[in-house]
Amino acid sequence: MEGVLKGRAFKFGDDINTDEIIPARYLNTSDPKELAKHVMEDADPKFPEKVKPGDVIVAGKNFGCGSSREHAPIAIKAAGVSAVIAKSFARIFYRNAINIGLPIFESPEAVEGIEEGDIVEVNPETGVIKNLTKGTEYKATPIPSDIRKIIDAGGLMEYAKQKLGLK
Amino acid sequence: MGMTITQKILAEHAGREEVYPGELVMCKVDIALANDVTAPIAIKQVKELGVKEVWDRERIALVPDHFVPAKDIKAAQQVKMMRDFAREFKIKHFWPEGRVGIEHALLPEQGVVVPGDVVIGADSHTCTYGALGAFSTGVGSTDMAYAWLTGEVWFKVPEQMKFIYYGKRKKWVGGKDIILYVIGMIGVDGALYKTMEHTGEAIRELPMDDRFTICNMAIEAGAKNGIIEPDEKTLEYVKGRAKRPYKLYKSDPDAEYSEVYEIDVSKIEPQVAFPYLPSNTRPVSEATHITIDQVVIGSCTNGRISDLRVAAQILKGKKVNPNVRCIVIPATQEIYRQALKEGLIDIFLEAECVVSTPTCGPCLGGHMGILAKGERAVATTNRNFVGRMGHPESEVYLSSPAVAAASAVMGRIAHPEEVVGESN
Repeated sequence: MEGVLKGRAFKFGDDINTDEIIPARYLNTSDPKELAKHVMEDADPKFPEKVKPGDVIVAGKNFGCGSSREHAPIAIKAAGVSAVIAKSFARIFYRNAINIGLPIFESPEAVEGIEEGDIVEVNPETGVIKNLTKGTEYKATPIPSDIRKIIDAGGLMEYAKQKLGLK
Repeated sequence: MGMTITQKILAEHAGREEVYPGELVMCKVDIALANDVTAPIAIKQVKELGVKEVWDRERIALVPDHFVPAKDIKAAQQVKMMRDFAREFKIKHFWPEGRVGIEHALLPEQGVVVPGDVVIGADSHTCTYGALGAFSTGVGSTDMAYAWLTGEVWFKVPEQMKFIYYGKRKKWVGGKDIILYVIGMIGVDGALYKTMEHTGEAIRELPMDDRFTICNMAIEAGAKNGIIEPDEKTLEYVKGRAKRPYKLYKSDPDAEYSEVYEIDVSKIEPQVAFPYLPSNTRPVSEATHITIDQVVIGSCTNGRISDLRVAAQILKGKKVNPNVRCIVIPATQEIYRQALKEGLIDIFLEAECVVSTPTCGPCLGGHMGILAKGERAVATTNRNFVGRMGHPESEVYLSSPAVAAASAVMGRIAHPEEVVGESN
């Protein structure tokens, strides 16, 4: 996670589940590009067309609930989404996002203060979220330092390489 | 300060005397499983590292159950990847079609997971094995790859919630109704990141199959794990199945819980969860106006032998409503054979049900019973999200096998008594 993340906000509600993020009918592949074509399709069928690199998903509580499918954060990342900001995350989605290096931020205040289409900037190092359209600023819940080690290594597999002495 | 069963299992696997909620721990894993949807991503990651061996070929379980027998070419490629990996790395627990069953019914049945284990699975319903008194939870494919390489997984020790059940269940009320009732009460994130420990006289009275159902749906309340202390029923189930030594843990009387709920099960009616969340529960009596197109009886939640028995009890001598297709899916080959021996399959065929080989199939909208636009299903599965069983404008209502079977006969959501009368 390097540099500042910036893009347009796409807003979603509470309990956005993994079936909405990437429906199981597309799970006969794990190819990120294929998955990206259908990202968020059952929550907003137009999303895969509208999303541009850098854009930010802003959602309510319990984002990513449901299945353990890593295809969900993979599809979001492959679609070019730079960050997901939510009031809270479901636990498996949270792990998966950390493990594959999709930047996620928990901040109920930011979610309340951002509207669809606002330009949002996030600093992954500090967790500071800026709504450039409205001129407001928020701070995400800090990520525990042990988990930070995985992020800093570049994801869990990079961390594994270090641990196994493969690097 | 005392510890709960979950804390004790995690402490033992982390090589610690004690662990408390909020601590991050690195735990040794007893079994790490993945299916045909999640394994391919983990396999790619392991292969990319160029390693020649996994951490322990006897501790990895590969279960192709989601889209099998392969529903299309892409699905076939995924299963082939698992088969090739299993051969190359000499994975002990790999079941091809004809031997395979739905993972969370299969692993306990085959004694691959046992009480006291730490089990991780690249499948969210891995929490099922809590019914054996094991710590088990769902993770993603990368966590899985990491465990296959190192035999370890990191956890934040979850806060502990306790659910105490008492009272006598009404007829036709089982594990599914109890857990749907609880999810309705606390919501789909009511146990987020936490443990749901189920205890009390009404749990001790419950058969193992119902306990599996209760722990299976912990994830539908956002929980990290569901768990039940092992007792004589657990031991009876494990006896003759367990492939490894096992250890029984119990919660200390002075263990700390962040929340404690007391639930009188005698007040629970058969439950139905309306679209589009498992927490949208209502008593079946408030759902009998809903007409349906399909019924699915099966899945890791309710595809076990006692589920088929209760469905057969209702379908015996009846016909599935002409407007409905009823799909029955025994969760494993052993369950299928047992159902055949007991004459249950005959009852289903006589009632004009579809009987399928074991597969997760329709539960996640994979195959074997996909819904068209506007169609409605009653299913004994675990999720009723938008598009879960097919078209985004289809609907899934979750229920027990008893309610599902009764609904298949009536062509609408129905209480079992409407089909078999009050005396049966």
